Amino acid sequence: MDSVIYMDNNATTKVDPAVVEEMLPYFEQWYGNPSSMHSFGGRVAKKIQQARERIAALLGCQPDEILFTSGGTESDNTAIHGTLAAYPRKRKIITTRVEHPAILSPCRHLEQHGYEIYELSVDRQGRLSLDELAEVLDDNTALVTIMYANNETGVIFPIEEIGALCRARGVPFHTDAVQAVGKIPLNLKDSTIDMLSLSGHKLHAPKGIGVLYIRRGVRLVPFILGGHQEAGRRGGTENVPGIIGLGKAAELAREYMEDENTRVRALRDRLEAKILATCPDTMVNGDRQNRLPNTLNVSFEYVEGESILMMLNQYGICASSGSACTSGSLEPSHVMRAMGVPFTAAHGSVRFSLSRFNTQQEVDFVGEKIGPIIHRLRQLSPFVKTA
Amino acid sequence: MWDYTDKVMEHFLNPKNVGRIENPDGIGEVGSLACGDALTFTFKLGPDGRIADAKFQTFGCASAIASSSVLTEMVKGLTLEEAEKITNKDIVERLGGLPEQKMHCSVMGHEALMAAIAYYRSKGKGAPPAVKSGKIVCTCFGVTDEEIRRVVRDNNLTTVEQVTNYCKAGGGCGGCRGQIEKLIEEVQGDKVRQLRAAPEPPPRKLTNIQKIALIQEVLGEQVRPAMRAHGGDIELIDVVGNRVIVAFRGMCASCKLADYTMKEIVEAKLHEYVSPDLIVEEEADAAQRPHSHQES
Repeated sequence: MDSVIYMDNNATTKVDPAVVEEMLPYFEQWYGNPSSMHSFGGRVAKKIQQARERIAALLGCQPDEILFTSGGTESDNTAIHGTLAAYPRKRKIITTRVEHPAILSPCRHLEQHGYEIYELSVDRQGRLSLDELAEVLDDNTALVTIMYANNETGVIFPIEEIGALCRARGVPFHTDAVQAVGKIPLNLKDSTIDMLSLSGHKLHAPKGIGVLYIRRGVRLVPFILGGHQEAGRRGGTENVPGIIGLGKAAELAREYMEDENTRVRALRDRLEAKILATCPDTMVNGDRQNRLPNTLNVSFEYVEGESILMMLNQYGICASSGSACTSGSLEPSHVMRAMGVPFTAAHGSVRFSLSRFNTQQEVDFVGEKIGPIIHRLRQLSPFVKTA
Repeated sequence: MWDYTDKVMEHFLNPKNVGRIENPDGIGEVGSLACGDALTFTFKLGPDGRIADAKFQTFGCASAIASSSVLTEMVKGLTLEEAEKITNKDIVERLGGLPEQKMHCSVMGHEALMAAIAYYRSKGKGAPPAVKSGKIVCTCFGVTDEEIRRVVRDNNLTTVEQVTNYCKAGGGCGGCRGQIEKLIEEVQGDKVRQLRAAPEPPPRKLTNIQKIALIQEVLGEQVRPAMRAHGGDIELIDVVGNRVIVAFRGMCASCKLADYTMKEIVEAKLHEYVSPDLIVEEEADAAQRPHSHQES
């Protein structure tokens, strides 16, 4: 493939060239161990501290509230297991049916070992009910973990209200904000969030680096033991280039935040309008009012997602689908099913997720190609008579 | 991304014989929107009794479209007797292979062909025979026992996972997996029973002293290092018959996953290396004693 139009940024993002540039010296030139006593390592430690400060500035928190991890999955697992270990008598976790597997898998594992897992439902627009949360919060609840924004639909949950409910009951509140960080402004200082996960590769930093924000005073037993790094909260020699890259990416994310919320949103809306105008029997999945500015999830009825993706791929267009056939499973995505999206539409769902590197020309190119692709596939479909 | 052959991609991107024949001699409709794939296959016979034209319409992934397209090419010019000898394996072979998880697409093609031939043969003899005969086993995907038996027989399948890949049965709630296993056994007989029967290690007769020594050895080599790495430890307190009494120490003593560790790690290792009859229990006093992370 000669050229790529990349619209799968909720899966991963391009590492910003400025991030790469900042990381490079720390592979060959400044390769010291930040824990070493000599100044060669000390220089690296200072650079890590700078990264911590940059990330804290993006999140609106204190640098010592930043815990570096290997990514979103480790951050989520640390929040869950670390909290349970800190509150050994409490046996209940509240989460949602639409979480990422990084939350659902450990929860289901714990369920097999005696924990009660309550998964909140969502409505047809992918929205949560705060009343349901208030009803199930009780003194046995060790943790509430609810994502900030959904990875498939981009739907943003009312995180502050959720946090306020948890705080009123004295229950720690963690949010998997992997999709939200860098796309929408956050200010953890004035927030009700106790813990927050983020992943570097979702905001133009490399893969293999992430953060768990832990509010000062929140009790958490370390998940990975083995060294004194990260103030004893996570053992293991730091991923120095990754941390430095994430620091730079955080700085750039602050710089581009307005762009993300204006230009990228406008591009997304332009693509959405074009698709809806040229493809009948197509619907947008998720709450269109409270949605990440870069995410568009559409269902094309009567056609199957994998076929759409592969046709798009012929033009170098990268998107993703919640259809069963893309995953090797036999049922469409758990998010679509939880939202009650009809099977007729769920099988044909496609997610376009943009970034600051996308251009209007790219959006127009995709908008131009998608209509004929859907039309062609519907001509193949036995349901074409109803389409 | 799936690793599709060039042939699959060619038929997906440039499918042959798309559409629906008007007034067909045979029509077969299988699958549904809810299931995620569906196929309508039609054919028309020529004056010589051979299939003169065949067309398809498919809702599904690249494999489903390619399987349907290649099938229409394969049947043209054949008599019905020749066409009904085509199996899903033939479709897969003609495509140069399909990913294992996509085999059900080829089965769908075969089913549609059989349904279309049955439709033709039923004409003038009352209602066409039901496309699905047999008893529904997988309610999620509406797969019958006869369909399962056929894919097992035609493709020499021996596991439930394979059956799921070939006809989707068992791929939903999983409640029918037991029934599918029985059907596999019914078709494959001794072959599958032999495959399933894991080679039994010769029973080891241990004296009590040998048993305790072996348990100590397994705990020391297989279990303790991982626990110590996490600031914990395990101590063998007693062995009473097949009951192995242990106590957790350090971090492990306060770990909320102690029950899991005891059954899934300690007991599993002792079953593997000492005897499958052993039951691991935590010392009653230790389990009730308040734990502290500083304890060692």
